[in-house]
Amino acid sequence: MYDFDFEKPSSIADAVAALATEDAQALGGGQTLIPTLKQRLASPSKLVSLTGIAEMQGVCDDGDAISVGGATVHADVAASGLIPALSDLAGNIGDPAVRNRGTIGGSLANNDPSACYPSAALGLGATITTNARSIAADDYFQGMFETALDEGEIITSVSFPKPQAANYQKFEQPASRFALVGVFVAKTAAGVRVAVTGAAEEGVHRWGAAEAALTANFSADAVPAAPSADGMISDLHGSSEYRAHLVAVLTRRAVAACA
Amino acid sequence: MSQVTMTVNGKTASGDVEGRTLLSHFLRETLNLTGTHVGCDTSQCGACVVHVNGEAVKACTMLAAEADGASVDTIEGQANADGSLNVIQQAFQDHHGLQCGFCTPGMVMSTAALLKDNPKPSEAEIRDYLEGNICRCTGYHNIVKAILAASGQDVSAVAAE
Repeated sequence: MYDFDFEKPSSIADAVAALATEDAQALGGGQTLIPTLKQRLASPSKLVSLTGIAEMQGVCDDGDAISVGGATVHADVAASGLIPALSDLAGNIGDPAVRNRGTIGGSLANNDPSACYPSAALGLGATITTNARSIAADDYFQGMFETALDEGEIITSVSFPKPQAANYQKFEQPASRFALVGVFVAKTAAGVRVAVTGAAEEGVHRWGAAEAALTANFSADAVPAAPSADGMISDLHGSSEYRAHLVAVLTRRAVAACA
Repeated sequence: MSQVTMTVNGKTASGDVEGRTLLSHFLRETLNLTGTHVGCDTSQCGACVVHVNGEAVKACTMLAAEADGASVDTIEGQANADGSLNVIQQAFQDHHGLQCGFCTPGMVMSTAALLKDNPKPSEAEIRDYLEGNICRCTGYHNIVKAILAASGQDVSAVAAE
């Protein structure tokens, strides 16, 4: 790693001020960023840890939604159980030691195309709140590793509306424990949402054809044939056709699990 | 450089660190606690698992500065007060839960974290919890037996396979 300065502020305001330094970068749990730094793929002048900010910690029940602090670790979301599908997803990220450090804000800010959390945020229609504004998940994810966040903007909390039913199906790439493909299905009063991670070069996205079919008839039999393989990721773990096939299979499994 | 102070295995420990100094590096190089092993250095293998404020973490993927003020437990603090092996360590020895021993500190620390939350884990729960601890020698079988034994459970079902 190249060296950097380190700061650990105790308030959001102090963190925003610390991030005003040129080439400063926010640090969540570091489970992606620290390996990236070891590879010398990034060279921030300063890391600003967000793990010492009490107001960014924890999960709370807001009635029709739950609010998760941006620096809440996966293990705490897994233990909360307020939205079972979200807790199950958090409880299967990485391994126990990773879940004790990795944070929801870190995962959403990084927007890895194979990460689990983006599919929950998009599938449940979450609202991502930063130090500056609130962003609907539909506007937040802007392609592989790309988000609506501005330089120095911090995810302070994420609000997930409670669904009528929801389920996440992850086809795990066993070495990395990331999703080879993951599908999050949520049944809400406004219709069914299907969010797909791991599959596409654009990163997490909604599968509109499945949403329309499932809103009309919420059953596994209603899931359409596999989407086009165009734009799907192809690598040594699986071809684009294989990933497209998995999208449909996992969607059917998720719908069946909701019943 | 800045100074960090933490409680390591119940004793106060201080040292100077760079921003980039990893907790594993600080434990091994500054405090000379070389029981925390660095296997992959990419947070895959789990040989570096320690407890920070009671939670299992990978010390190679946490900055030492992040642990400033924390309570850190390593393999060196696991033995009983009289120096004898604790229940988990003794079970690993009794059931041959190690061959080369490189992964063992992380295995023991992960086991301690598992049994704290789940005192009687099933075989499936043990295997699931050890997802992030890799052993190249044993095939995990005897490690699972050791953990069942350490939690006071019958190992004969596993032993028969």
